[in-house]
Amino acid sequence: MKLATFKGGVHPPERKELTKDSPIQRAPIPEKVVVFMQQHAGAPAKPIVEAGQKVKTGQIIGEPGGFISAYVHSPVTGTVVEIKKLSNIIFGRAVDAVVIQREGEDDWELLPHGDFEKFSKDELLENIKKAGIVGLGGAMFPTHVKLNPPQDKKIDTLIINGAECEPYLTIDHRMMLEKNEEILVGIKIVKKILGVQNVYIGIEENKKDAIEFLKEKWKGQVIVVPLKTKYPQGAEKQLIYAVTQRKVPRGGLPMDVGVVVQNVSTMYAIKEAIIDGKPLIERGLTITGEAINKPGNWWVRIGTPISWIIENLGQGFKNGIENVKILMGGPMMGIPINNIDTPIVKGNNGITTLIPEELRGTFCIRCSYCVYVCPMGLQPYLLDLLGKKKRYDEAAQIGLLDCIECGSCTYICPAKVEHVKTIKLAKKVYRALRGGKK
Amino acid sequence: MKLITGNAPHLRSKDTTSKIMTDVIIALIPALIGAWYFFGFYAFFLAILGALVGELFELFIMRYLRKDKNFVPNGSAAVTGILLAMNVSPATPWWIMIIGLIFALGIAKHAFGGLGMNIFNPALAGRAFLLVSFPVHMTTWYKPALSFSKWVDIQTTATPLAILKEKGFSHINVSYGDLFFGNRAGSIGETSVLLLLIGFIYLVVKGRIKLIIPISYIGTVFLMSSIFYFANPERFGTPLFHILSGGLMLGALFMATDMVTSPMTPRGQAIFGVGCGVMTLLIRYFAGYPEGVSLSILLMNGFVPLIDRFTQPRIFGEVKS
Repeated sequence: MKLATFKGGVHPPERKELTKDSPIQRAPIPEKVVVFMQQHAGAPAKPIVEAGQKVKTGQIIGEPGGFISAYVHSPVTGTVVEIKKLSNIIFGRAVDAVVIQREGEDDWELLPHGDFEKFSKDELLENIKKAGIVGLGGAMFPTHVKLNPPQDKKIDTLIINGAECEPYLTIDHRMMLEKNEEILVGIKIVKKILGVQNVYIGIEENKKDAIEFLKEKWKGQVIVVPLKTKYPQGAEKQLIYAVTQRKVPRGGLPMDVGVVVQNVSTMYAIKEAIIDGKPLIERGLTITGEAINKPGNWWVRIGTPISWIIENLGQGFKNGIENVKILMGGPMMGIPINNIDTPIVKGNNGITTLIPEELRGTFCIRCSYCVYVCPMGLQPYLLDLLGKKKRYDEAAQIGLLDCIECGSCTYICPAKVEHVKTIKLAKKVYRALRGGKK
Repeated sequence: MKLITGNAPHLRSKDTTSKIMTDVIIALIPALIGAWYFFGFYAFFLAILGALVGELFELFIMRYLRKDKNFVPNGSAAVTGILLAMNVSPATPWWIMIIGLIFALGIAKHAFGGLGMNIFNPALAGRAFLLVSFPVHMTTWYKPALSFSKWVDIQTTATPLAILKEKGFSHINVSYGDLFFGNRAGSIGETSVLLLLIGFIYLVVKGRIKLIIPISYIGTVFLMSSIFYFANPERFGTPLFHILSGGLMLGALFMATDMVTSPMTPRGQAIFGVGCGVMTLLIRYFAGYPEGVSLSILLMNGFVPLIDRFTQPRIFGEVKS
């Protein structure tokens, strides 16, 4: 059988065997959490609590700072210790963070909840917004905005992203196996909001058990599309193309081709919010990599420091390790932290610990591997060259802003050129020079 | 314990530049052993000499002229040395070889910026330099010795392409079988199509070849020589003869596919191959030299920046215009 896929891409070592068979366990709640006011794309939230104030689990502690923004809730019951500026490595700037000391067990403050059929579309959207739900695949785009496209965009297809093409990560895989009923409820809610009938779930073929299981469980409701195991199969545009053969136009969004893509974990979070009234204060994530003793999948409260997670859930670092790279996310697109106390944010689908290795490269030898693997049809070697020479306008002409930063080019490069590093920087500078305009 | 940061992706393939160069050298070994059998041990010795002197000379350039203290040899200079040896006549004096190598690495490669920056294939540039500097040594050819125990053969003869040019197709005294297996006069590494193909298949399996280039190059030679064959078989020769003789196989499989000096996109590679094919035959048919592979590839090398510019791939989601 020919599997749905896209042109280009690479096959990095998967290393999913570390955690793919370990069920998601519930982690104990830490004594102290640090909650960033920016855990979403867009404007940071504004803190509405003060030091010394008592907060309940699920209580709003941050309000949206703009149209594209999100609510932030307290993940524990306790007292606010302080509000301080803290470097947020994902967004690359210092933002407010609320530090909360836990006191006793959870005392929940729930949202209005119940059978989703009794809510109108607008009420559902409002509850999703109030629950602070953002895209949990990693992009952290506010879900209530994504589910409410402008009137002139006709949406006819919902695609659930179960590809999980990042090496090492297995949380989506476990979610599909363990939480299929809850995810299906989430899908039904989103179907009602969008008014769509076509629902697909794309799953990479290396998760055969999940494909067979969901084909059986979701028969007649969601079409399961097995995808070729290839990175970046789960990238939004590549997934849409593989499932529907529609190409999102350059500079466009999925809604331009009538599609909305949602991650499986986001579906679960929507069900939790609408049916049970629980805002997004915890999530499943994979704790994995070669540097820790016990890899696994865990339910973890947002704001839990990574140092606490590695100590208590990963059972510490292996003996004799001198250098370690700790990534928020998987190894292909994950961001290395520079402070081990960095807390978990909503978009963290995994913590990957790697033992770094020395690399020695040469100049680009024009092997053209990067051109062949680029899923966006770009010329990474040329973007790298132009970026290094600060010729940003020329780089923009050949697709600088089309780059999805998947890292396929840098992965495959025999000369060890760091295309993605140059491209990320060039994008920033180019956007700044153009005054933020496209 | 230390936290290491860095830039995504944090996984890298195990592939390196040296591994690519090693694969190319491995692919050339069958043809080199063939050269030993056909032309005596001296031919094989020239290739080894080229590889060693090439690496040493590049080390010298990088460490002392370009002052890169961290430079570690990557094998690319050895590839240049071996390819240059394969492109000269079997009895070329060793010092001529070394002069050619110094030009290839010093001028054609490092004067342009070194590995990855050179516009022209260094080995071919070295050969072109020798051809104009030592025309007699570079165009004296020898009969195959067909023995592993000889040092060098001294019985001179003309190459099949020269016979075609001077006398006509009916005077050619080697069979297609001889051309295929390599039993004919010619440069050290070019004669055996069979052994070159074995090495080439190894590179294809390893994914080291821009495959479109040899296909379009050889395809163009086949089509164009077919047309000329029907016009005048005696003067222009058969298509199969053109494909099997001269340096076409060595050029199309190993020289035109040099990563650094060939285009980056599939369409560009097709144009490049067609250009090489057309130029090769034009030189063989109408120019002063009997053979035109190396000059045509050098010429097309010069067009690569232009080709790259006009054959940019379509970006995902770009509307057809």
